[in-house]
Order: sequence, then C-alpha cells, then structure tokens
Amino acid sequence: MAIGVTTTPEKSKPSGSIINDPQVRGIFYQVVTVVILVTVIYWIADNTIENLKRANIASGYGFLNGRAGFDVGQSLIAYTSDSTYGRALVVGFVNTLLVAVTGIITATIIGFIVGIGRLSHNWLIAKLSLAYVEVFRNIPPLLVIFFWYSGVLAVLPQPRESAALPLNIFLNNRGIAFPKPVFGDGSQYVFYAFVIAVIASFFVARYARIKQEATGQRFPLLWSVLGLVIGLPLLTFLATGSPITFDVPVAGKFNLTGGSVIGPEFLSLFLALSFYTAAFIAEIVRAGIRGVSKGQTEAAHALGVRPGLTTRLVVVPQAMRIIIPPLTSQYLNLTKNSSLAIAIGYADLVAVGGTILNQTGQAIEVVSIWIIVYLTLSLTTSLLMNWFNARMALVER
Amino acid sequence: MARRILTALVGAAVMGIGAHAASAATLDDVKAKGFVQCGVNTGLAGFAAPDASGNWSGFDVDYCKAIAAAIFADGTKVKYTPTSAKERFPALQSGEVDVLARNTTWTINRDTALGFNFRPVNYYDGQGFMVRKGLNVKSALELSGAAVCVQTGTTTELNLADYFKSNNLQYNPVVFEKLEEVNAAYDAGRCDVYTTDQSGLYSLRLTLSKPDDHMILPEIISKEPLGPAVRQGDDQWYDIISWVHYALIQAEEFGVTQANVEEMKKSTNPDVQRFLGVEADSKIGTDLGLTNEWAVNVIKAVGNYGEVFDRNIGAGSPLKIERGLNALWSKGGIQYAPPVR
Repeated sequence: MAIGVTTTPEKSKPSGSIINDPQVRGIFYQVVTVVILVTVIYWIADNTIENLKRANIASGYGFLNGRAGFDVGQSLIAYTSDSTYGRALVVGFVNTLLVAVTGIITATIIGFIVGIGRLSHNWLIAKLSLAYVEVFRNIPPLLVIFFWYSGVLAVLPQPRESAALPLNIFLNNRGIAFPKPVFGDGSQYVFYAFVIAVIASFFVARYARIKQEATGQRFPLLWSVLGLVIGLPLLTFLATGSPITFDVPVAGKFNLTGGSVIGPEFLSLFLALSFYTAAFIAEIVRAGIRGVSKGQTEAAHALGVRPGLTTRLVVVPQAMRIIIPPLTSQYLNLTKNSSLAIAIGYADLVAVGGTILNQTGQAIEVVSIWIIVYLTLSLTTSLLMNWFNARMALVER
Repeated sequence: MARRILTALVGAAVMGIGAHAASAATLDDVKAKGFVQCGVNTGLAGFAAPDASGNWSGFDVDYCKAIAAAIFADGTKVKYTPTSAKERFPALQSGEVDVLARNTTWTINRDTALGFNFRPVNYYDGQGFMVRKGLNVKSALELSGAAVCVQTGTTTELNLADYFKSNNLQYNPVVFEKLEEVNAAYDAGRCDVYTTDQSGLYSLRLTLSKPDDHMILPEIISKEPLGPAVRQGDDQWYDIISWVHYALIQAEEFGVTQANVEEMKKSTNPDVQRFLGVEADSKIGTDLGLTNEWAVNVIKAVGNYGEVFDRNIGAGSPLKIERGLNALWSKGGIQYAPPVR
C-alpha cells in the first residue's frame, strides 16, 4: 500500500535517512502486518489444540467413518442409519445442491418475467410486478420460508383427505405424491430416442439459422424441436409396446404409499428461495434493460420489428452484459440462503452437519467441512458465470 | 447456527478457567452468595415452567427448592437459569449453575467425558410415542410407514432409528432443531407420531390444540433415568444433592408429609427421630455441612417425594402420570433410599 502512494522522485533518496525512505517504510509496514497476522493465526490454532486436549476431545476426520445411527428424511442417494457420517454429509450436500439448482432456475425465470413486467406499458402488469418486488425484497428470507411452510402445512389437507389432481397426482400436507415411472425391458430404446431427438434438435436449430441468414425466412424452430423431443420418444414408447409403467400412489395406513413424494420441507424452501431471489433478479433485469440505450429500441421499431421481438432480439442480448455480474451474486446468495433449511427441518448440509456435530462433538471438523463445501460451491458457480459472461460480452470488431 | 457454534467454541476456551474457579467447595460459595443457582428447562409443563408472573414451578423446580431449604431453611432462596438441551452442559461445566435439575438423562458419556456426577435418579423415564387417536393404533409395532416428528441431536433420534430398524418397520423421520418447532409440526399434522421421553409426551400433550385427540402408546423403547447433575470434584456438594433426594424418598416411606412434619418430630419411632434430627446428640446434618433440621426444612418446603410427584406430574396435576417405576420400592416401584443412620 505504502509503495503505491509514493511519488517521491528517485534522486531525492540519498538526501534523507533510511527512516524517511518511503520504499523501506512500505516494506517495513508490510512485514509487520504479516508478522501480526501469522502470530494471531498461530495463537488461535495453538489455543484451540490446547483446549481440545484439555477437554479430551479427539480431533481429526476419522469420525466420518463411524456409523451415523440416525435416519434422514429426504435423500436422493441410498442411505440408512447404518451408513457412515461421511455418507450422511453427502446426503446433505446433494440436498443442498438440489434446492440450489432448482431454486436458481426457477428464480431466474420468475425474475426475468417480473423484471420485464415492471417495464410493461400495461398498467396492471407493471404495478403487480412492482408490488411483487417490493413485498418479497423487503421481507427477511427466513420469514418467507416460514410463510410457505406454515402455508403448506396449514392449507393443504391431511393425508386421508388428499386432494386428487389429474394424472394421479395427489396433494396433502406431507407433500406432492406423483406416479413413479418403472422402467421395464425395452425402456432403454425410449431413452436412446430421446438422446437422438436432442442431438437432431441442434442440427435443426443450425439449419434454421443458416436458412434465415440466407433467405430471411423464419423457420418454426420451437414447434419442430418440441415435436422432436416429445414425439420421437413417444413413438418409440408405443412401438416397443409401452415398456414404462407407472407406480401410482395409493392410500396407505398413515399416508399414501408408492409413487414418488416431494416433501413439504423441500417445497417450501424451494418456493421461498425462488420467490425471494426472483425479486432481486427482477430489479437486476430491469436495470439491465434500462441500461440499454433507448436508441436501440427506437431503431428496431423504425425497422418495423414488433415490440416482443425487439425485447427478445435487440434489448435482452445487450442487457445480459449488464445483468450477468450482479446475477452471479444472487445465485451465490440463493445457495447460501439454502442453509436456512434448518429452520423447517429440510435435511441440507448444515442440518445434517449440525446433527453430526451434536452426536460426535467434532465441532471444528464439521464447521470446516461446511466452510470448504460452501466455498467450493460458490467458487464453482462464480467460475461458470464468469465463463458465461465472457461469452456474452460485447464482441468488438 | 454458526453463531451458536462460535459461542460454544469460545465457551469451551473459557471453560478451563471457569471450571477451575468453581471447583472449590460449592456449598461455601452458595452460602456466601445466599442462594442456589439452579439450571432448569426453558419450559416443560410439570417439570419446570414459569407462570405469567415469572414464578417457576414443577418437579425439577421443587428439587431446586428442596436443596435451598436444606441449606438455608428457606425454599425460596433459588435463582433459576433456563437452559436449552444444548446449553445445559456448558452452563454446569462453566459454573454458571450450581446444580442442573433439568430432566437430564444419566449416561456414561455424561458421567465421565463431560465431567459430571449423577447419582440419585429422581424420575425413571423412557422414550415413548404419541399418536392421534383417530389412527386407531394400539402399539408402536403398528407404526410402519408413519411420519415421525423428533428433535435432532438427541439420544431420542438414535433410539428411534434403532427401534424401527430392529423391528423391521419403515418410517419417515421429520426432524427439527427446536422443541417448539417439533411441537408445531406435530400439531399441524406434519407427522403421525411424536417421540420423546414419555414424561415429556404427557407434558407436551397439554400444549397441543386438542390434547384429548392424542394418546400415548404403551411401549417404552429406551431407559431414560433422569436426575440432578453436579460437577465432578466436590464430594460434599454431591452428597448434599443426593441426600436431599433420599430424604424425600425416606419421608414418603415414613409417612412424613408437609402437613404433619412438626407432629412427626414427637414420634417415638427412633428411625423417624433420627431422620428428623431430634435424636439427642444428632450429627445427621452437621456431617453434611448442614443443620440437623435439614430434612425437616426440606419436607416443610416441598413435602415428601410422593407429594412432589403428585402435585407436579401425578394424579394431582393435569399430566396425570402414573407412579409406575417411580413408586417406592415397597409399593412395586424402584425408588429406594439408603438408610439414614
């Protein structure tokens, strides 16, 4: 720091004593800072080790191989009470990842809709969007989570009076139960058909672009891709004799049995994080669109481009350059806010880690795992978003 | 969460100093400051709960009062420190409280690694299940497929997993960090079953919106001996806490009650005379560092064990818990006091 501010000319150096030499001073202060930092870190580490020894608390990560002994309500991977503490942490991590990824996708979609809605010329849409942003932005996320959780528990019916929705989907205060696909013989062909359809879609998209650039004619891209991705696997499904069956939820003694269930804990956390973060994303999107010069819109209108297309093809691509950096912060916030899951009993990394901490007493180790995992998660998100930002950046010719 | 852990870490760092300062004669400290600092639950009806004007009452609270009465001949010389499940042990380790009377299970880990002494078990408890009557469940073995509400980080959570596994039953655990959150979730119908210590279930049932719609299943799936705990390294204090409990048991055995204790002093039974400190040249209290009238003072303050039980959690209370294992040894239970001699 001190080196940076020096403007003293080189030749004045010999005239003063060494104490007045800004360069020497700069180095001196930096050395002092490093020494203090190292001493403090050493003192903390030494004190911790000493206190752990006195309290007879074993340290190290060996406890991760011990039998967990407790059950976890929601798990995407196989887990029983016989699994290890390490496995339990992985279950928590996967749950955190699940709510973060689904939350980010939903928050982005809602955020873009509301953000664009705020700029709408339609009075009602603009005011509704404004109300949405102001309400959700100004409530602490924990309250939003409680709002959804008590909402889910209080409003939805008991299991025995489950609300039946179409397609054998049932809604009650234990969550949403829906038919679980059971993959029989031949179902792999349906999967292959899906993969082929996705690959074909890329070629169709390329063809559409080349055609438009060459002739100016627009190709119905969305409908043809949808037809491919849904139609082709469906045809294969029928041709191979319906190999995929569905395990439908039926009323059991306590709750519906069979099928898959999304619990109210996940639902409320997912909804709360999505709606809360979407309010911020909406403002970022609005700022990004406002940041695009009005001349761009006017130029597009002058060329006869319709308002919807102007937004999509002219304004949003330019706005993205302004939107992406702050959007990254919101994604990181959402991931970190997911640790509020503990308040409603969703088994995320912090909740499971907290249980392990209580059962084993390995506070420092568990906290360090939390730090490393969240840091890795956030840095990875940052890295991906920076890469995306670089791709979207203005290409100067 | 993070802040609480930080507090715990800082607490652990300070612990060494705190524990050292408090390890000397607790009785002298207590006498010097003029009251007993008693660690109790934050609010468990029947065991320890404050009323609207801040007066504490309950089974555990009566033990605090009994200890104060034994020392000061005045059951009101107590100050209460409400502690959560996590805070209770650091509070005792650091010397913040003199004794922990907080429906705490005596385990080998707590008796050794945590540096505490448990001896008299003032309540033999066990983990049980509560369900809605409408489910028509009569036994815990019929609970396969149920959603179970449980507080995380407790022995309860581990017992639950073991019980369902060993009986080949399926269940869906719904875990929360705070007792209030578990209560609210169960009351809202998030779970079919609520599991914790059976005494806790009786107490919690009273706080539900419709207590009569719920029933407690007969199965007890674990041993939960509850009792007061003190720090290791102060045998005199440990003896006082232990003998206050034995005095309550002994009083019930002799038929000495809050109402008749003065009259019983005139008893011709030498055992009763010795117990109440009226025997000539008695050292029944001075050996403990107390007055010879200490047992009389305890009984005057709270009555005998049976009275304490009935008033707070038994037949005379809204909880209506049966004596069961907590009946005197002579009446089919296992509450037993060594001879006062």
